[in-house]
Amino acid sequence: MSAAILSLDHATKAFGGLIAVNDLSFSLQDGELLGLIGPNGSGKTTVLNLISGALKPTSGSISLGGSEIAGQPAHKIARLGIARTFQLVRILPSLTAEQNVVAGGVFGHVRGWGVEAHERARALLERVGLGGRGDSPTSSMTYIDQKRLELARALAANPQVLLLDEWLAGLNPSELKIGIDLIRELRNDGISIIMVEHVMDAIRSLCDRCVVMSSGLKIADGDVHRVLADPEVIRAYLGDDHA
Amino acid sequence: MTWLNEKERRIAGFAAIAFGVVALLPLVDQGYYLSISVNIVMYVVLCTAWTLFSGPTHYISLATAAFFGIGTYTVALGIDTVPFPLLLVIAALASGLLACVVGIATLRLSGIYFVIFTLGLAELVRQVVTWLQTNFSSSLGLYVFTDFGEKHIYWMLLGLAAIVYITGWLINRSRLGFAMQIIGNDETVAKHVGIDTARAKVILFIISGAFIGIVGAILAPRFSYVQPPSAFNPMISFQVVIMALLGGTKRIWGPLLGVIPFTILFDQVTAYFPNHTSFVIGIAFMAIVYLLPQGVLGRLEDLGRLRKRFRMVSAEEGNNP
Ligand SMILES: Nc1ncnc2c1ncn2[C@@H]1O[C@H](COP(=O)(O)OP(=O)(O)OP(=O)(O)O)[C@@H](O)[C@H]1O
Ligand SMILES: [Mg+2]
Repeated sequence: MSAAILSLDHATKAFGGLIAVNDLSFSLQDGELLGLIGPNGSGKTTVLNLISGALKPTSGSISLGGSEIAGQPAHKIARLGIARTFQLVRILPSLTAEQNVVAGGVFGHVRGWGVEAHERARALLERVGLGGRGDSPTSSMTYIDQKRLELARALAANPQVLLLDEWLAGLNPSELKIGIDLIRELRNDGISIIMVEHVMDAIRSLCDRCVVMSSGLKIADGDVHRVLADPEVIRAYLGDDHA
Repeated sequence: MTWLNEKERRIAGFAAIAFGVVALLPLVDQGYYLSISVNIVMYVVLCTAWTLFSGPTHYISLATAAFFGIGTYTVALGIDTVPFPLLLVIAALASGLLACVVGIATLRLSGIYFVIFTLGLAELVRQVVTWLQTNFSSSLGLYVFTDFGEKHIYWMLLGLAAIVYITGWLINRSRLGFAMQIIGNDETVAKHVGIDTARAKVILFIISGAFIGIVGAILAPRFSYVQPPSAFNPMISFQVVIMALLGGTKRIWGPLLGVIPFTILFDQVTAYFPNHTSFVIGIAFMAIVYLLPQGVLGRLEDLGRLRKRFRMVSAEEGNNP
């Protein structure tokens, strides 16, 4: 478990004058669950967008298993085995729940089709807690169910690296517990995961390591408990007075 | 797993019978009804081919006239030297090639640029052909003499319609069709599940353009004298959009529901108010956008849903008296 599966090397993304991600370097070990945290607007989603290919970095490199992926189109990166969920849930509304999941395993890292793809989708629905709901129209699903569905779609690609953007946000306490258990299971299955999260309890109980961003810069990287006690991290989150 | 399920077999059987019956028309009438039927079948193919691409992508293409004209000119140029079936193939290849080039150049752009570009394209191709003809040929047009009568054109168009429907049906159940469904829902998601969205759209645009080119080729003998303004008539592009939207673009047979009433209406208008056809098109367009945003098809589906709900409600009431 020492090889880096994904690494960012001086990755930078500028939107006009605003540098959303500033010279960021970190790596994700194979099988690791890495927390990516930071105050609102610090650039976390932008980092995931650079990795997944939704955005091209202005400069710097990103490599997956040793090969360069920075600036490649999203569909190519998806085919290499990176899957993600979105901060604002993105469901395919005109498709059934089952078709939503099938969609994740047809064109990308897994290229299934037909009966077998549907069987896999049903198994994944079961796994995220939506067993037997395959035919439900997605529009009538609750928020947590839509999040589960989106996760199942990402898992359908059998990803090497899974990017979760505030997947636990907006869940009530009992749903949160279910969600945390689910992510822990995924990690135990050996998927390498980067989770962007504001829920600190989840970061504490799940992550091996975390990277902290503030205004596009990395301000800490290491063991979760040590990093969360770091005065600079506390200052970034709470302002100078609390340091 | 069988290839066709029960319902599909029934639909296929029904469609085959319907085609068979419709194909008998020239035996009954060779005048007015055949002539308007040629128009109807022509627009059915054009609108269905247009919908293959524009239905799932929501891109409005105004390039129909360009593909159509290329097909017509292929026949006009080659009719004396090349066998007709081969000309149809060349027409498909030529318009498919144009669709490919245009698709690669524009489908990365957003929808509104695409509309304008395709409109400009049709005009550009027409100007180029006019320029070539005035500079490199002594005449303004080309004669197309064939043994084809109206009924042959009609049968060829019917055959093409069958091919278009089958193609559309095959696409719908293929990976490409599923990809288009996902793209229509959310293009960002589509890219992130591994779909090369630009490629999928270009492929559909090529298929759509090739069919439109074949229609132009089949229609060439009907013109007998082919000139750029008639072959590349921009009205065709607009009428196709209107009829397809009127019918509905969510299902492959949607455009049919728009073509039949509109062609008949348009025929009546040209007969009685020959100077006001553009006016009628304008009114029709506004009426569709305001009254039938999902087309006739959408209205039918609404009715179907209403009926189902009504039945469910009355069943429930029956259960709890
Ligand atoms: N497409 C874009 N165009 C311009 N600016 C952007 C774009 N995306 C993000 N930004 C800006 O980049 C900065 C970082 O945004 P980002 O969404 O990455 O933050 P975040 O850490 O995910 O925040 P949050 O916790 O609120 O989700 C913000 O100032 C944002 O306004
Ligand atoms: Mg964010």
